[in-house]
Amino acid sequence: MSRRKSITGGLFIGLTAFSAILIIAVIIILLVVIIIGGKDTFSWEFLTAFPEDGMMKGGIFPAIFGTVLLVLIMSIAAVPFGTITAIYLTEYAHEKSILAQTIRFAVRTLATVPSIIFGLFGLGFFIKYVGSGMDDLFLGGQLKWGQPNILWASLTMALLTLPVVIVSVEEAIRTVPREMREASLALGATKWETIKRIVIPGSRSGIMTGTILAVSRGAGEVAPILFTGAAYYLATLPTSLSDQFMNLGYHIYIMATQSANVDQTLPIQFATTMVLLLLTFMLNLTAVIIRSRLRRKAK
Amino acid sequence: MEEPIGINKFVFSRESLKKKFRLSEFLSEKIITGVAFLSITIIVLIFFFVFKESIPIFQSKKKEIAKVETVQKQEQYGTDSSVATNLSGQEQYGVTGTDSLMTENQILEEDTVVHGSDEATAKSLMGKQWLPVSDNPRYGLIPLFVGTLKITLIAMLFAAPIAILAALFSAAFAPHWLREIIKPAIELLAGFPSVVIGFFALMVMASFFQNLFGYDGRLNAFVGGVAMALAAIPIIYTITEDALTAVPRTYTEASLALGATRWQTALFVTLPAATPGIFAAILLGIGRVFGETMIALMATGNAAMIGINPFESVRTLAATIGAEMAEVVFGDTHYNVLFLIGSLLFIFTFSLNALAEFYVKGKLVKRFQGKQS
Repeated sequence: MSRRKSITGGLFIGLTAFSAILIIAVIIILLVVIIIGGKDTFSWEFLTAFPEDGMMKGGIFPAIFGTVLLVLIMSIAAVPFGTITAIYLTEYAHEKSILAQTIRFAVRTLATVPSIIFGLFGLGFFIKYVGSGMDDLFLGGQLKWGQPNILWASLTMALLTLPVVIVSVEEAIRTVPREMREASLALGATKWETIKRIVIPGSRSGIMTGTILAVSRGAGEVAPILFTGAAYYLATLPTSLSDQFMNLGYHIYIMATQSANVDQTLPIQFATTMVLLLLTFMLNLTAVIIRSRLRRKAK
Repeated sequence: MEEPIGINKFVFSRESLKKKFRLSEFLSEKIITGVAFLSITIIVLIFFFVFKESIPIFQSKKKEIAKVETVQKQEQYGTDSSVATNLSGQEQYGVTGTDSLMTENQILEEDTVVHGSDEATAKSLMGKQWLPVSDNPRYGLIPLFVGTLKITLIAMLFAAPIAILAALFSAAFAPHWLREIIKPAIELLAGFPSVVIGFFALMVMASFFQNLFGYDGRLNAFVGGVAMALAAIPIIYTITEDALTAVPRTYTEASLALGATRWQTALFVTLPAATPGIFAAILLGIGRVFGETMIALMATGNAAMIGINPFESVRTLAATIGAEMAEVVFGDTHYNVLFLIGSLLFIFTFSLNALAEFYVKGKLVKRFQGKQS
């Protein structure tokens, strides 16, 4: 081999390695900068106190509470529906059937629809159509459900995270050995019994991964809740499904772009961002670890 | 001859072998199938409801009349109550007197304004000005499109080469242990909330680039584009990596056996074989950047300007919806225009996804089965 060619080769490999390292470096820089900016303000009190003095002081407890409530309601909606869809795709549908392929395409499309479109849909469908419809029907036109609230925000978020759950659960179901299903069927169990007793327990870790990933996604997304229920400041915690709520991501967005004193609240902004980043980071890390174990098991 | 005990219990007939009808089985299957339809239903509903809210723009005539009527009514309530109570609807025009003359003039004025603005709506969509909250609102989508395309281009110029090269590194060159670090790390980047990336861009990257290049506006298309590249890199990387590792081993082995080095094999055999997959990765990356809202809202400056300078502020389609939807009146023209933007975004990302799905996948399968020269 000529010398010139080996130099080119070295350069090329070096370039690819540099690209990979660059990405990792940016990830580390991002984490470090946010943590350095936020660590001084961060404390137990910061997590458990209400904001004070028009956000200038105090904690972010209502935002954390609102975010947790949001992902909780979202999971209640998204996880069962996502799991059942995954069961259909793996257990009932024929791989090549048009219906199964259409559903797969729909799931992938759902995963690529911009999150702001979900926000528009939440407004147009849940609030203006379903919500207003409920008001007209049950409350005689009195405004209760036909406005932004935590229920509509959670359901909007559930639509967004549905594909995340479906993909994870499907992957997990495929790792349940065929022999176990066959053994169950041979012992006289029906298809549904087999799914209930063998397939679902066998893919529990996948359902968990899907839920964790969905929660992490739901906790971090802001665009879908911009006009479906998030509020900048509320003096009280949401007590009913028709209340508005505060949210970590929305809190960061408003404080960083629209508050009167962006500079003065900077430490609080960094600390809030740190909380959100570490929260989603931990969740994703857990999911990645469970998933890599699952993949090893599948091999 | 003595029969074996118990064999009579198992008489297999056509009847007994037939699947028994069980209600629980039937119901569970139907329910599961029904739920599975949900994903399709949601897509259809999204399309329907987002598009539905944008339709009124195209029915400007009907709306115009309705609007003029409401304006007249409002005017009536606005005038001196003694005059207003005597009047109803069109009769107003017949009444003389200073007060009512004033009213008439006002009505006519309002009329022309309403007329002008509504006719303008449909026309101004193609215009170069996005001024939705001025006295004479103009809804020109051109600057928003230009802004979105500009930022997509900048983001892809950064994201595509870096992500593809990194994928090539981890698929072809990296030792196993390093690959086990790079892949999950980039998957973790995919999990970073876009509002966090937006915040990082707004607070850290904006100042860094300003010091580096010395331009005036802190927030501009360049900062937004680089931040969006961070959001697009994990998508492009993951799909490219999958495509590269899916290239049959026989390809690389044949190349190596012919005397090519590892980098030659990677660059001239593996990479070309995976082009359809890489193309799909880029398409999905574009889709992600195109619809990204929070980074655009926080890092681009949000001024609707037309120009090719990358250090100018831009306003993207998605950011426009995010910034303005909370403040518009329900059913207003502005509201409808925002939904129209949403429909366009949806159609665009849907087409990108469909293209990536059908065209690219078909091509990939054919290529690896050797049906294409």
